[in-house]
Amino acid sequence: METVKMLVGSVAEIDPKGSRLVRVNDMEIALFRLSDGEILAVENKCPHKGGVLSEGMVCGRMVHCPLHDWRIDLRSGAVQEPDTGCVATFPVEVDPEQGLVFLRVSTGVPS
Amino acid sequence: MKERQRLVMVGNGMAGLRMLEHLLKLAPERYEITIFGAEPHPNYNRIMLSSVLAGGADMNEIILNDLNWYEEHQITLHRGHTVNRIDTAGKKVVSDQGVEAAYDVLVFATGSNPFMLPLPGADKEGVIAFRSIQDCETMIEASKTYRKAAVIGGGLLGLEAARGLLNLGMEVSVVHIHPYLMERQLDETASRMLQRELEQQGMKFLFSKHSEAILGRGRAKTLAFTDGERLDADLVVMAVGIRPNVELAKHAGLQVNRGIVVNDYMETSVPGIYALGECAEHRGIAYGLVAPLYEQGAVLAKRLAGVNTEGYAGSVTSTKLKVSGVDVFSAGSFKEQDGSRVLRYQDELEGTYKKLVIQGDRLVGAVLFGDTSDGAELFSLMKKGESIQGREKELLLGVPADALSKGTGGGRLEAMPEDEIVCGCNGVSKGTIMQAIHEKGCTSVSQIKACTKASGSCGGCKPEVEGLLQIYAGEAAVSVKEGICSCTPMNRDEIVAEIKRMRLMTVKEVIHVLGWETEEGCTKCRPALNYYLGMLWPDEYVDEKESRITNERYHANIQKDGTYSVVPRIYGGVTSPSELKKIAEVAEQFEVPMVKFTGGQRLDLLGIKKENLPKIWEALDMPSGHAYGKTLRTVKTCVGNTFCRFGTQDAIGMGIRLEREFERLNAPAKVKLAVSGCPRNCAEATIKDFGIVAIDGGWELHVGGNGGVHVRATDLLCVVKTEDEVVEWASAFLQYYRENANWNERTSTWVERVGLDSIKQALESGEARAALQARIRAVLDKTTDPWKQIVNEPELRKNFEPLAGEEVGRTGL
Repeated sequence: METVKMLVGSVAEIDPKGSRLVRVNDMEIALFRLSDGEILAVENKCPHKGGVLSEGMVCGRMVHCPLHDWRIDLRSGAVQEPDTGCVATFPVEVDPEQGLVFLRVSTGVPS
Repeated sequence: MKERQRLVMVGNGMAGLRMLEHLLKLAPERYEITIFGAEPHPNYNRIMLSSVLAGGADMNEIILNDLNWYEEHQITLHRGHTVNRIDTAGKKVVSDQGVEAAYDVLVFATGSNPFMLPLPGADKEGVIAFRSIQDCETMIEASKTYRKAAVIGGGLLGLEAARGLLNLGMEVSVVHIHPYLMERQLDETASRMLQRELEQQGMKFLFSKHSEAILGRGRAKTLAFTDGERLDADLVVMAVGIRPNVELAKHAGLQVNRGIVVNDYMETSVPGIYALGECAEHRGIAYGLVAPLYEQGAVLAKRLAGVNTEGYAGSVTSTKLKVSGVDVFSAGSFKEQDGSRVLRYQDELEGTYKKLVIQGDRLVGAVLFGDTSDGAELFSLMKKGESIQGREKELLLGVPADALSKGTGGGRLEAMPEDEIVCGCNGVSKGTIMQAIHEKGCTSVSQIKACTKASGSCGGCKPEVEGLLQIYAGEAAVSVKEGICSCTPMNRDEIVAEIKRMRLMTVKEVIHVLGWETEEGCTKCRPALNYYLGMLWPDEYVDEKESRITNERYHANIQKDGTYSVVPRIYGGVTSPSELKKIAEVAEQFEVPMVKFTGGQRLDLLGIKKENLPKIWEALDMPSGHAYGKTLRTVKTCVGNTFCRFGTQDAIGMGIRLEREFERLNAPAKVKLAVSGCPRNCAEATIKDFGIVAIDGGWELHVGGNGGVHVRATDLLCVVKTEDEVVEWASAFLQYYRENANWNERTSTWVERVGLDSIKQALESGEARAALQARIRAVLDKTTDPWKQIVNEPELRKNFEPLAGEEVGRTGL
């Protein structure tokens, strides 16, 4: 598989406990910044009813979907009990010198 | 690894899928599963169709297993395929589209078909059943064009269909062959009470009527009866019963009576072929309710997983009518028979009725109307078949709640088999609840709810869940106290007291110092703490937007498709030609999909993408109407003495003044005001949080009203003479509410909880009112318009824009 590395901006552009979204092809990816500064990326779509996770509340490592309060672990993408399912996650790299945020997305094209 | 066996299921409905979910838990690797379903949808909750019509749920919300679920469990689903041939010798099934599937194990879960009366004209357009999503869609479509609907059948299904059609704005007549409604579940007394209730809702009834033909050219127009009478109807819904869907099984050579005959292990007459759900007949009964089907599913799943099971022994069934505002419960055999004794209790004042049927020393049937809270308890007694000797009157007049955890009640729950379903809405068995207590360490009802969903829907089984907790968690359960959410055992008053005592200043501090069980709280406690801190430290606290709910963070209402709506403030519901022009121009410029009047005399621009919100606010250049927040929404007014010949005071002026006074106020929940210019009360002030009704020479002040979930009329707080006094009392009342209510508690519930007298007492003295008014004024003076702020501050505005990604490299893996 081929992966594309993308520069999506700087850490400062995402508020702590906040989120920004980036559109890649037809997909929305939500970038989250946790309280401890960690940046995580998941597909911006709750597996329940497609809620936009980027607009949910961030609590620790979890985001609560704004539509029906499903909890999703941003690191693993796993939906928390009692609900089930999972969200796609994407590798994030942060350049500590300049605070730039990079995202790796697979193109789905075999290399 | 062992070769997987091939399991084919014919039918993609609730009973079959429930069984599979169970089976996948017990033996996930055992079968390769293929499902054929005639409908184009994945498995959905048929019981909720009435809610779809009632507008309480949309089609997508009633899907139980979406397509991802099938994919996750590697299940092949052929949607829109009807299996029309089974080769039992060659062990394969064939669909109407020629798809074949070989099986080692075959499961019939074909459900049932609505029974359509074979009337002349029954094939006309506009004649339908009430069974599927498609039927619902037909009803919704018909309601847009046609006015008159007839439902044939005054049973459970017919009444739910009729209620749905009323919700769609149609005139509905229910035609029933019997002299009274729901005769299979109710005695005549309860049935007449039900009829009265439904007539008040607008239903019409024709009893002892036999339909003869449906007349009309192409489309239904008139329903004709055997007695020569006629009824105009452009839509005829047949809800006279269901028939097990057994044609395919018959052709395959299975033994079939009314349903497919099965034994206690859901085995049909042909080895390797099973049946369950509405298509199956067990000990002479084909069930049409969900609870028995779940019980059958649990037995079959165990059988197929090779787990020991005692088999299915049949079900005592209970019925609840899902029509809003009407509570009806019926279980067991409610008709008096030889040797049975009956206890009745009827209260015409409250509109409640209760009937118990006792055979020997056992309860065998019950009918409840108006108050169905004892239903679950009575139903359990019936299922257990234990002696109720000496407790008959207690059962009739209500069971003390704590009786559950003691004596016979506990005994009943202990004796309950583990695969018995406790929570019918979510199909949670006693065993699953025990597992949550023993293995996952649940020590409270809310933890059990979070872990298993038991008691999470209608809440009817909460007493039983509590009872099980008492038995299986023992001491641990007794000490558990329910806090404001599952992060803490502390309640609102304790938290507020601790914040004050230790001068805690941030949400993070509260969570750490007060020992929350989670690292950063949850969507219930964070917004609550943010509110309490702001209320307690108005001068020092900085509001945390990351702890506010989505709507309040984006200052707009999030809609089901992720778009937002914008409601600008229109003070007192009074606008001007230039303001209207501006709104119209903005709506055109941004191609707003819908412009709608709200219920609060304002305009709502709907369907707006998040990134356009700041642009629209900027173009409108109007203050936020706060239609999304726990704050002052709108002040509704009537015309008042400005134009109205009955108006006694200037209601419009008063309303505008109040809206300007309190706009942007942070409150525990949304706050609605209204001002009526005379006792005719055209602004409906008596269902608002604070309602003002003008009288000749004064103003009546009303509090604690609500027109929403729990409709409540206001209580009269007092009568004052001047506009200044109205503002003074409103300020004092609102500030007292801000300082004492729970977060997310409307004034209606708060007034009921603390009592009107305590509020009157707190506002009695002029000094107290002045102090409260000074405090609320200080808070209000600090607020700014959120829309303007976001428009002008790039740091806030950036969160509405997506980031632009830019490719910097590619790697092959």
